[in-house]
Amino acid sequence: MNYFSDRWHDLLPNLGDLVVAGLTQGAIYALIALGYTLVYGVLQLINFAHSEVFLVGTYASIIVWGWIGYAAGDGNPVPALGTVILLLGAGTIAASLVSGGTAVLIERVAYAPLRRKNAPRLIFLITAIGASVAISELVGELTNRRPWGVPLLVEPKTQFVIDPGMSINPAPVTNLQIGIVLSAIVMWFLLDTFLNRSRFGLGIRAVAQNEDTAALMGVNKDRVIMLTFLLGGLAAGVAATLYNLKIGTISFNIGFLLGLKAFTAAVLGGIGNLRGALVGGLVLGLVENLGAGFFGNKWIDVVAFVILVIVLMFRPTGILGDSLGRARA
Amino acid sequence: MTTLKERYYAVADGVRKAEAGRQKWAQGLRGRWQSIPKPVRLLAGLAGVVLLFALPNIAIPGIPFRTDEIPNGIGFSFVLSTIAIYVLVAVGLNVVVGMAGLLDLGYIGFYAVGAYTVAIFGSPDSIVATKYPWLICVPIAIALTMVSGVILGTPTLRLRGDYLAIVTLGFGEIIRLVAVNLRVTNGQRGIPSVPAPDEAHVDWNVFGWFRIKFDFDLDIFTPMDARPYYWLALVLIIVVILAVRSMERSRVGRSWLAIREDEDAASIMGVESFKFKLWAFAIGAAIGGLSGALFATRNVFVNSGNFNLLLSVMFVAAIVLGGQGNILGVVLGTVIVFYLPERFRFLSTKRELVFGLALIVIMVLRPQGLWPSRRRARELQDRKLEAKEAAAGA
Amino acid sequence: MRRNLVRALTGVAVAAALIGTAACAPSDKSGDNGDGKSCTYKIAMMGPITGDNAGLGKPILQAVQLAVEKHNSAHADKCVTLEQADDKGDSSVAPGLAQGLVANASVLGVVGPAFSGPTSATGSIFEGGKLPIISASATRPDLSTKGWTTFHRSLGNDASQGPAVGKFIKESLKASKVFVIDDTSDYGTGLSEESKKALGSAVVGYEQIQPKQTDFSAVVAKVKTAAPDVVFFAGYYAEGGPLAKQIKGTGIKTTFVGPDGIKDQGFITGAADAAEGSIVTCPCIPAEKATGTFAADYKARFKEDAGTYAAEAFDAANVFLDGITSGVTDRAKMLDFVNKYDKDGVSKHIKFDAHGEIAADQIVIWTYDVKGGQIIAREPIK
Repeated sequence: MNYFSDRWHDLLPNLGDLVVAGLTQGAIYALIALGYTLVYGVLQLINFAHSEVFLVGTYASIIVWGWIGYAAGDGNPVPALGTVILLLGAGTIAASLVSGGTAVLIERVAYAPLRRKNAPRLIFLITAIGASVAISELVGELTNRRPWGVPLLVEPKTQFVIDPGMSINPAPVTNLQIGIVLSAIVMWFLLDTFLNRSRFGLGIRAVAQNEDTAALMGVNKDRVIMLTFLLGGLAAGVAATLYNLKIGTISFNIGFLLGLKAFTAAVLGGIGNLRGALVGGLVLGLVENLGAGFFGNKWIDVVAFVILVIVLMFRPTGILGDSLGRARA
Repeated sequence: MTTLKERYYAVADGVRKAEAGRQKWAQGLRGRWQSIPKPVRLLAGLAGVVLLFALPNIAIPGIPFRTDEIPNGIGFSFVLSTIAIYVLVAVGLNVVVGMAGLLDLGYIGFYAVGAYTVAIFGSPDSIVATKYPWLICVPIAIALTMVSGVILGTPTLRLRGDYLAIVTLGFGEIIRLVAVNLRVTNGQRGIPSVPAPDEAHVDWNVFGWFRIKFDFDLDIFTPMDARPYYWLALVLIIVVILAVRSMERSRVGRSWLAIREDEDAASIMGVESFKFKLWAFAIGAAIGGLSGALFATRNVFVNSGNFNLLLSVMFVAAIVLGGQGNILGVVLGTVIVFYLPERFRFLSTKRELVFGLALIVIMVLRPQGLWPSRRRARELQDRKLEAKEAAAGA
Repeated sequence: MRRNLVRALTGVAVAAALIGTAACAPSDKSGDNGDGKSCTYKIAMMGPITGDNAGLGKPILQAVQLAVEKHNSAHADKCVTLEQADDKGDSSVAPGLAQGLVANASVLGVVGPAFSGPTSATGSIFEGGKLPIISASATRPDLSTKGWTTFHRSLGNDASQGPAVGKFIKESLKASKVFVIDDTSDYGTGLSEESKKALGSAVVGYEQIQPKQTDFSAVVAKVKTAAPDVVFFAGYYAEGGPLAKQIKGTGIKTTFVGPDGIKDQGFITGAADAAEGSIVTCPCIPAEKATGTFAADYKARFKEDAGTYAAEAFDAANVFLDGITSGVTDRAKMLDFVNKYDKDGVSKHIKFDAHGEIAADQIVIWTYDVKGGQIIAREPIK
């Protein structure tokens, strides 16, 4: 009993901070999870290499910032708002393009040939692992396995303070945190609208429901699949830029754990379901941070996976169920 | 002047002819192998086994397969013993993935449970310090992993396909992290002085009735020389393979096959799918626990760094690469996945990169694995035909 | 037809790989010392040469290289070859390497293993092979008390670094509230325990992070609530950098202190502006404070400043090399020679006690400032 009251005592003052931090981290999970969920929704394939799609994005935006003239530790002051918007725009576009391109490349090299042979799904998983190892190691080789720093572009400024009282410390919310959560929601909204309103989206939903019928109806399956990978890559690129701003240092081996968490988030929300990715990401970020506040930070990943197991035990298809276009039996 | 395309076709034609010849030869080989009288075949198999046992002492000039012949290489018998232990892991995982068709990505968890059980109960340096001899620790390890297999399997085996994969992955990671964080497993600091198979230091008074006293150390198994561990692992591999083979050909094995191919159909035909899935999980876990126990013994030291998830994923890669379902294929895959990186240590930092690319290339070219079970290969052939028909139909 | 082609290509690829295996190996036989002459004896360096922690192994390897090259040019008749054993800092790889070294009778001494984990995993193997080892960087205290006669180290252990850090934080930094964080590693937990003991009631909070963690929100929230004067992080630079950055991001005023594990340019890259003003402690002396021409020689040879543990590794290698110069020809004699060694090295006076430790009065813990993106020597802790 004592243990729990002590732990609770540890957690309580930080509750506000942890909720804010959890939602922010959750938003990043959600953005990466969108990619897992899109590909899974269409192909029922765990794109294990998606974590590396994200990874190359983080490097792309830093490189572009370097070209523009902002590198880590160059002593430049934090740029003015106009420049920041320009830099963020350029970084995001670069990251999205590189991530999207990598996703499509992985699709073409590691998945498409197998699909033509109608190989069992397990085989896709192995080529995905191969692609993941190869990309991460390639990045490791190119960067000498040293971490890269990120230039300070956005000085975190407190926008408002949540003060719940009751011996909970007031939790400041910074511009960066607001931006990250908003980006995730906007990205989800854009993707959702695209899927439900556009002709391409219709194609994706059609293939997700029934490949063969969709093909009979004149949908170009290959193009739809490439588009799906591209969309997932774009979202990962956005996540990559935001991750850079938030964490501030990257390394060739950050992909695996982050990808695993994001995939967990996708499954938690209900894989194949865009809204599920968003909800799953936020829930995962929130729960693991609260759990870490309660049990101690070293249990953070254990909390994440235990939550996954518990949720799946009671809702075997995740919180929101698993359908893209609501049609899987 | 021939065009590039023509030249390509010429080369391709040559390769194709060579391949046709090779296939004929391979078929002939199988036929010829079958036609050899059984005693001779048995004798040949025996010779192969003897060769395996002699391997740590063999060096062939001109064919440097030994990992200690390259600069800065690892001791060859150590590499062999590692591979042998991993082969045992793969044989166990093959029961779960290859035979029953359950994608278990967290198999390393059972391996860890086995390793830690031996270390915790056997080592004088663990906080439990029961100092049980090795021969008692190993059955405990197998029993505990079997139980943990059932505990993990009971709630999760109702999940299907990819959900099962991610939950097992989560479990594997949970076990590793618990090992990092708990005092009894001592995290990264680990547990040293894991007992050797040939020592026992016991002085028990059983219920005050009689006294059991053993105090010996034969010094056959020492940290200095990995060969005895390799030989022990080989013996265990042979025993386990024979056991798994006979199981595969029994009612249990056929049930696994039915579940793997179509679980719903199998259930309708009266196969108790949950029960047999749980069996597969428990048996696979037990073999994993045994290999983990062996690993802890060979290393004399266990810490949480030995059980990362990537290794777990590598095991799955090894059995799929070799040809899931076929035990000899699985062995081949494991040897490739874990031997080649050691042999090619001079590629140093680039070997993982090469390995990743090789994984893609091999799987794209041979999705059935390098040495598939005949049944699996036929299934894949069917699928390919289906794909062709579907394409033609569309 | 296509399928046949594919199968054929696979066959060809596999065959090519096998031929490659057979063909490329004989050319890279070891045993040369660069000018094609074969040397009778070898010493080995064991530590991370590749992998995530390669940055910490590199200065050690280069310092040993420098020592061997100097020896070989002075004593061409007793030349020595350097064997590199890359354990990646991973204790499951290390035993195999150790067995390889033990089996190679021409190896007379090992500088390493660099990390405490691999050292505890291999100690009994070196002991069994009676192969003397001198680690230039493994600082876990209990390594010297396991009864391994072959174990030595040329620097102080965490039992001396931990209390020194505690003393420094309390007396020099005048901190009354200290938050201790470690990374659950072998090295980090040992160091945090020792320093917590020394800090006593000044410790206002304690947390553990996981290796490879990048988002430290939960820890940072606790640090913020505790509002300490000093955060002491016992771990490596890969996590130390982002942790320092995220703590600074909350806006609280605190000094970030870390041990030798973060004494690497990677820490500054990772923490960026937040690294400024951090303090690093290390049982290693600054290379420029090493006696003789070591720092200059190192820079001339490798075109970079001598890094962490370079001087200690240089000393360790020289113990073995002096032994070979004096006519040692086998491991038993080498072990005897090492145990009786009593001579000034470049970092300190080298003389091992019965446990293989350096005499306590020879151990100096240094502090370093992070200033202008550089790690600059500050003062020894007295």
